[in-house]
Amino acid sequence: MSDKLIIDGRPYLSRLLIGTGKYKDHEETAAAISNSGAEIVTVAVRRTNIGQNADEPNILDVLPSNKYTILPNTAGCYTAKDAVRTCQLARELLDGHSLVKLEVLGDEKTLYPDVVQTLAAAETLVKQDFKVMVYTSDDPIIARQLEEIGCVAVMPLAAPIGSGLGIRNPYNIKLILENARVPIIVDAGVGTASDAAIAMELGCDGVLMNTAVAQAQNPVLMASAMCKAIEAGREAFLAGRMPRKLYASASSPIDGTFF
Amino acid sequence: MIKIIVNGEVLEVSENCTLSGLVEQLELVGKKIAIELNMEIIPRSLHHETRLHNSDNIEVVQAIGGG
Repeated sequence: MSDKLIIDGRPYLSRLLIGTGKYKDHEETAAAISNSGAEIVTVAVRRTNIGQNADEPNILDVLPSNKYTILPNTAGCYTAKDAVRTCQLARELLDGHSLVKLEVLGDEKTLYPDVVQTLAAAETLVKQDFKVMVYTSDDPIIARQLEEIGCVAVMPLAAPIGSGLGIRNPYNIKLILENARVPIIVDAGVGTASDAAIAMELGCDGVLMNTAVAQAQNPVLMASAMCKAIEAGREAFLAGRMPRKLYASASSPIDGTFF
Repeated sequence: MIKIIVNGEVLEVSENCTLSGLVEQLELVGKKIAIELNMEIIPRSLHHETRLHNSDNIEVVQAIGGG
């Protein structure tokens, strides 16, 4: 069955997008990501340590570019200006690569997106030929506006970043999905495999997660659980669930009973 | 010698030092980095011809793990 996630015209077999933060070391990162089956992998952009550990391994060394699509993020940015600057640095860093994950945060405690700054940054980045996958709130109007600006994927949160609270407002995610013509990817909030399956059963095109895998007791095993949950959820969505009923309906026929 | 600021720290480099020279001095040759000089990105291809001046402010960044 050909059921691919298409982002900016490029097909992906996996609908799980995964972050590389909060792992014990690069070895664990590589093992978890490999087990997750993810093809799109996020990284952050930060200052290089000057004058110390010149031989320190780089995250990109464990993420071969022929195997993964690297998705640099603008994590930690609180203004459109900083986010645009980060994307420009990422493009130079990754030899002209233009696919980015835009996130402009509004508050340290909730890490909720500042949608006003996010819209402004998205507009600038699209004009500069970036392909923008954008983290946003689960507001259907903002999601539509981000799509109209030209973002290649809209990525509403399901719960605060790193909270693991699961899909808190499935109805809003549904509303976003109803109007969308670009992939809708739940970004943030997933805590365990069933959360990822629920996002996919709602009809989301994918799920982006980091903490749920990295902070599991066994990240490498959780990565494979997430891989299966995403696939199961997607297949359930495509299969179409049975209608919910208030009363029972026997699975075995009544005809032919001998008692 | 001239004084420049690299990632927020003061550093001394020789006069006429280029960005390539700085990358060498920092032992970052061949590393996947990007460089900003006074808030302007200098593409890798121009590092060898970009001379540094006193009080230049430089950011050297790389990819790290993140979500």
